[in-house]
Amino acid sequence: MMVCTLMEVTATSRHYVDRLFDPDPQNVLQGVIDMKNAVIGNNRQKANLIVLGAVPRLLYLLQQSSSSLELRTECAVVLGSLAMGTENNIKSLVDCHIIPALLQGLLCSDLIFIEACLRCLRTVFISPVTPVQLLYTDPTVIPHLMSLLSRSQHTQEYITQIFAHCCKTPEHQTVLFNHGAIQNIAPLLISPSFKVRMQALKCFSVLAYENAQVSMTLVNVLVDGEQLSQVFVRMMQRDKPIEMQLTAAKCLTYMCRAGAIRTDDNCIVLKTLPCLVRMCSKERLLEERVEGAETLAYLMEPDIELQRIASVTDHLVSMLADYFKYPSSVSAITDIKRLDHDLKHAHELRQAAFKLYASLGSNDEDIRKKITETENMMDRIVSGLSESSIKVRLAAVRCLHSLSRSVQQLRTSFHDHAVWKPLMKLLQNAPDEVLVMASSTLCNLLLEFSPSKEPILESGVIELLCSLTQSDSPALRVNGIWALMNMAFQADQKVKVEIVRALGTEQLFRLLSDPDTNVLMKTLGLLRNLLSTRPHIDQVMSSHGKQIMQAVTLILEGEHSIEVKEQTLCILANIADGNTAKELIMTNDDMLQKIKYYMGHSNVKLQLAATFCISNLIWNEEDGSQERQDKLRDMGFVDILHKLTQASDPNLCDRAKTAMQQYLA
Amino acid sequence: MSGPSSGCGFLMSVVVHGDLALNEQEKELNQRLKRLYPAVNEQETPLPRSWSPKDKFSYIGLSQNNLRVHYKGHGKTPKDAASVRATHPIPAACGVYYFEVKIISKGRDGYMGIGLSAQGVNMNRLPGWDKHSYGYHGDDGHSFCSSGTGQPYGPTFTTGDVIGCCVNLINNTCFYTKNGHSLGIAFTDLPPNLYPTVGLQTPGEVVDANFGQHPFVFDIEDYMREWRTKIQAQIDRFPIGEREGEWQAMIQKMVASYLVHHSYCATAEAFAKSTDQAVHEELASIKNRQKIQKLVLSGRMGEAIETTQQLYPSLLERNQDLLFMLKVRQFIEMVNGTDSEVRCLGGRSPKSQDCYPGSPRLFNSPVHKASSSQTYQTGTAEVEMELDHFSNGVSESSSNGFLNGSSTHGIDLEECDGDMGEIIIWRQLCGGSQAAIERMIQFGRELQSMSEHLRRERGKNSANKKMLKDAFSLLAYSDPWSSPVGYQLDSIQREPVCSTLNSAILETHNLPKQPPLALSVGQAAQCLSLMARTGSGSCAFASVDDYLH
Repeated sequence: MMVCTLMEVTATSRHYVDRLFDPDPQNVLQGVIDMKNAVIGNNRQKANLIVLGAVPRLLYLLQQSSSSLELRTECAVVLGSLAMGTENNIKSLVDCHIIPALLQGLLCSDLIFIEACLRCLRTVFISPVTPVQLLYTDPTVIPHLMSLLSRSQHTQEYITQIFAHCCKTPEHQTVLFNHGAIQNIAPLLISPSFKVRMQALKCFSVLAYENAQVSMTLVNVLVDGEQLSQVFVRMMQRDKPIEMQLTAAKCLTYMCRAGAIRTDDNCIVLKTLPCLVRMCSKERLLEERVEGAETLAYLMEPDIELQRIASVTDHLVSMLADYFKYPSSVSAITDIKRLDHDLKHAHELRQAAFKLYASLGSNDEDIRKKITETENMMDRIVSGLSESSIKVRLAAVRCLHSLSRSVQQLRTSFHDHAVWKPLMKLLQNAPDEVLVMASSTLCNLLLEFSPSKEPILESGVIELLCSLTQSDSPALRVNGIWALMNMAFQADQKVKVEIVRALGTEQLFRLLSDPDTNVLMKTLGLLRNLLSTRPHIDQVMSSHGKQIMQAVTLILEGEHSIEVKEQTLCILANIADGNTAKELIMTNDDMLQKIKYYMGHSNVKLQLAATFCISNLIWNEEDGSQERQDKLRDMGFVDILHKLTQASDPNLCDRAKTAMQQYLA
Repeated sequence: MSGPSSGCGFLMSVVVHGDLALNEQEKELNQRLKRLYPAVNEQETPLPRSWSPKDKFSYIGLSQNNLRVHYKGHGKTPKDAASVRATHPIPAACGVYYFEVKIISKGRDGYMGIGLSAQGVNMNRLPGWDKHSYGYHGDDGHSFCSSGTGQPYGPTFTTGDVIGCCVNLINNTCFYTKNGHSLGIAFTDLPPNLYPTVGLQTPGEVVDANFGQHPFVFDIEDYMREWRTKIQAQIDRFPIGEREGEWQAMIQKMVASYLVHHSYCATAEAFAKSTDQAVHEELASIKNRQKIQKLVLSGRMGEAIETTQQLYPSLLERNQDLLFMLKVRQFIEMVNGTDSEVRCLGGRSPKSQDCYPGSPRLFNSPVHKASSSQTYQTGTAEVEMELDHFSNGVSESSSNGFLNGSSTHGIDLEECDGDMGEIIIWRQLCGGSQAAIERMIQFGRELQSMSEHLRRERGKNSANKKMLKDAFSLLAYSDPWSSPVGYQLDSIQREPVCSTLNSAILETHNLPKQPPLALSVGQAAQCLSLMARTGSGSCAFASVDDYLH
C-alpha cells in the first residue's frame, strides 16, 4: 500500500472498531490485539479510532468482569497507546472518564493488568491537559497506589511518576505525606532501576518544595542505614546523569530553604551550591541552565555567605552574561531548528539570569559592583524592563531592585542609564507582583542622595504613588507611602504641599489607621518629614492642625507598638518646634497630660521623645516662652524634669538637664 | 630517555627511605597518589611529593619534609620575589592533577603566588610573570599567564585560606580552588611537563603544600569522576561509520582464534559455525593441545611431558629450555604430591591439588589467589564441574577416560568437609609417602645434572638457574606451603607453564604463539603508555582492564 487516502484509513479504522462488538470473545480479543499493532506510532490511526468511538467500547470491555483478563489487559494497553498520541487524544480519553475506570482496574489482583492500567494512567496524568485534581477525587486512590508500590519495578516507576507530576499544591503534598509517601518512596532511591530512582527523586523534590513538615521529616529518614541527605549528595556526583544531579540538588535546596538543613552545612556549601553552579555552565542544555539558575537563586536568596561563595564560583557572574546571547547570531544563519529552539528558551534564560543576579546581589555591595560591571548589564536590565514577557519584566525589575540597595550604584550606573524612565513606564499598568517590585525600587531611587530623584519628581510620580496607597495589597500601600516619605525628606515646600494635596488629608488619616503596621509607620514617617523646618510646620499645621492633632491623640491612646508611639511623639515634638503650631499643644491640656505620662514611661525611647517635645515648648528664645514655662511648671513638669536629670540613661539625663536650663536662664 | 636529571636522585632516595619503614604520612600519601593516579608509571614519571631543595631561589626556606615554604629575603621590591618548584613535573598520565597550598601566614603584604612553571624558568620571580609560568596571586586575586600584568580572576586570599591548583592534562587547562570551591578556568593551552610552583615576596609569608599527604579540601575525585565518564563515553561512542560489518567480522575472527588458541574445541566449533567462519587448525590437533593443557593445569607434569613427546616428537628435543622448565615444574608438583610419578607411590589420592582453575588467564590480570586449605576444601568438589564445563560435551571420551583413571571420582564428601587437622596432615611433602620422597629426591638429582648438562652445552642461563634454585628451596622448609617460596606450589603457577608450552606447540604448526585478541589487548596497553609519554592525558581514564570484564 503506497498511498493511503483518508477514506481508506477511516474504512480500516471502522473495521477495527466493528470487531470490538463481535459476539465471539475470542474474535474480540484478536481484534484488540490487531488494533494494538495498528496504532503503534500512528497518530492518524489513533485519532480515527477515537473519533469512531473505540474508547468507550474499550473501557467497557476493560471494566467488564466477564471479560477475560487477557482481553482487559490488551484493552488497557491499547488505551495506553492511544494516550501516547496528541494532546487532543488525551482530552478525549479524559472526557470518556478513562481515569476512574483505570483506577478501578487497579483493584484487580493481576499484576500484568495493573501494570498496563498504571502505564496508561501515567501517560494520561503527565500530560499538561489532564487536571491533576482527578487523582485526588477519590480518597481511597492514594493509599491504594502506595500499597501497589511494593508490587514491581514497573508499578514503582509509574506510580512515582504520577506522584511527581500531580503534586502541585501544599494540599497535594499533605495528602501524599499523610499517606506515608516518604516511608514508601525513600527505599526506591536505591532501586536497581535508574528510572525508578529518578522518579522517586523527583517525588521528593516536589514534596519538599516550600514544605517544612516534609523537609523536617526527610532529614531524619534513613535509606539502607544512610541519611537521606547523603543519598542525595551521592546522586549529585559529577558522573551521574545531569537530570539526576539537578533534581537531587533541588531536593537539598528545598530542604535547606524549609529550614531542615542549615545553610552552612557541607552538603549545601560544598555540594549543592557547586552542583547548581555547574548546571549554569555553557555545556548544559538550555532547559538545564534555566532550572539550575532558578534553583540556585532560590537557594542563596536569604544567605549572604552563600551569595559570596557563589559569586566567586566558576566565574558565575560572567557565565550568566551568556544567558542573554540567545538566539545567537550564529544560530540564525546556520540552523533554523536551532534558532527555533533558542528562541523558545531565550525568555526563560533571560528571566532566570535576572533572578540569579537579583539573588546574588541582594546583600553584598562588592557583588553588586561586580554585577553592574558585567558586560552591558545595565542596558540589559533596562531593555528587560520593557520586554513583552511578563516573566522577564518581573525578573528584570527584581534584579534592578536588588542592585538599587547600593548607594554607589544609585549614584552612578542607575543615573547614567536613566533606569527610572523604563521603571516609571513599568509602573503605569502592570500586574501587582511587578508593581510591588517596581515601586519598591522606586523607593530607593527617591532617596535624597539619588540623582534620579529630581527627574522622577518632574515626571509627575506623586499621583501614581498616591494611587498605590489606595491599593488592596498591603505591600503596594507600604511602597507607595514609603516612596512619598522618601520624597518628602528635606523636600521643598512646593513638593510637600503637592504631596499633601495629591494624597488628601482623608487618605492620610485613613492610612494612619491602616491595619498594617508598616503602612502606619511609613505614614507617620511621611508626617514627620512634612513637619520639618519651622515655616513648613506652621504652614501644614495651620491648614491641617486639627486633624493631625486628632490623629496623634488617637494613636497615643490606641494599642500600638513602642516604635509607633515613639514616631508619634517625635511628630508631636516637631509640632512643638513650630512658631504658631506650638499653641495647638499648649492649648490642649489633654495632650499635655499625655506627654507627662510618656515622660514617666518605662521605655526610655518614649521618655526621650516626650522630653524632647517639652523641651521644644519651653525653649527660651521664642515668643511667649515665659507663659508656657509657667503653665508647664504649674502642671508639674519641672518636678518630672528634675527627676529625669537623675536618670540612668545618659541621653535622657542630658535632655532633661538642657530643658531645666531653660527655666534657669 | 630525556627525563630531568633530578628525577633519578629522588627515585633512589625514595627507595632508600622505603627500606627504613615508611611512616604513616608517607603511607597515606602513597595510597592516595595510587588511588588518584592509577595510570601513572612512577618508574618512568615520578609524581611530585614535595618541594625541591635544589630547584629554588635562595630567599626560599624549606622545612617539615620540604612541604613548608617560608620567605627569608628582604622583600623590598618585586626583585626580591622568590619561587620553588616541586621535585618532579606533573605526569600526563595523571589525566587530572591536583595539589593544595595552605596559607599559614600572609606575612607583611601577602604577595603569595601559586601556580605552575616549566623547568628552567627563573626562580627569582613569582609564578606567572614569565614565559611558561602561570600563577594566581593572593594580594589582588589576579591570574598571571606568562605576563607581568595580571587579569582579574578570583577573590584575594590570605592567612588560613587553602588554595588548590588543578591541571587538566586532557584539555590542557588549569583552574584554582579556594577553601574547596572551584573558581573556574584560569589558563588554557598549557604546555606539558609543568611543575607545581609557589612564590613568595615579603617577609613572614609561610605556606604549606599538600601533594596528597592529607585529604584535599576540594573534592577532586568528584571532578575526576566526571572526566572519566567523559572519556569513556567518547570511547563508547567512537564512530565506526559504515564499516560496522567489517568490525563485526573482525571481532568474530578474533574471538574464534582466541577459542582455538586455548583449545576450547567445542565452543570454537560452535562459534565458528554460528558466525560462518573457517577454523584454521584441525580439530584433532586442537584436542591434542587441550589434552596436554589439561594435564599441566592439573599438575600431572610427568604425563604432560610424556604426552607432548608422543604427539610432538621433536618439539622438546629441539627446545631444551622448555623441557627444563617443564621438568622443574614436575619437580614442584612432586613436592606438591600431585605429579603422577609420586602419586602412584603415595598412599593417598591426589585429589587435593587437582584444582583446575577456571580458564587460562591470558592477560596477566590479577588473579584471586586461594589459600591452599581453601583449595583443598572447595577445589576437589569443583574439579568435576569445571572439567565438564571445560570439555563442553565434546572431548568427553578423553576427559572422562582421564578422569576415570584418576580418583577424582568417588570423592568422599566427608573428607572434603574434614577439619583443619586432616588438612595439615594432608599437606605433607610428596603426599607423605616415603617412597615418593625418595623418587622426588632422585628426580631432583636428575634435574641438577640436566641443568649442568645444559650449561655445558649452551652456556649460562640465569633464568634457568634461578628457576632451579627456587624450586630446590622448597625442600629447605619443614612446611614448604607456607614458606617464602611456597607460592610456587600454588596451582596458579601452572598457568604460565601451560601457556608457554601451548605457544611452543602452536609455533611448530606455524600458528601464532599468541592469539590476536591477546595481541590487540597488549597493543592497546602499549598505546596507552605511549600516550602517557607523549602527553595525552586521556590515557588516565581508559585503562584496558576496565574493558576486560
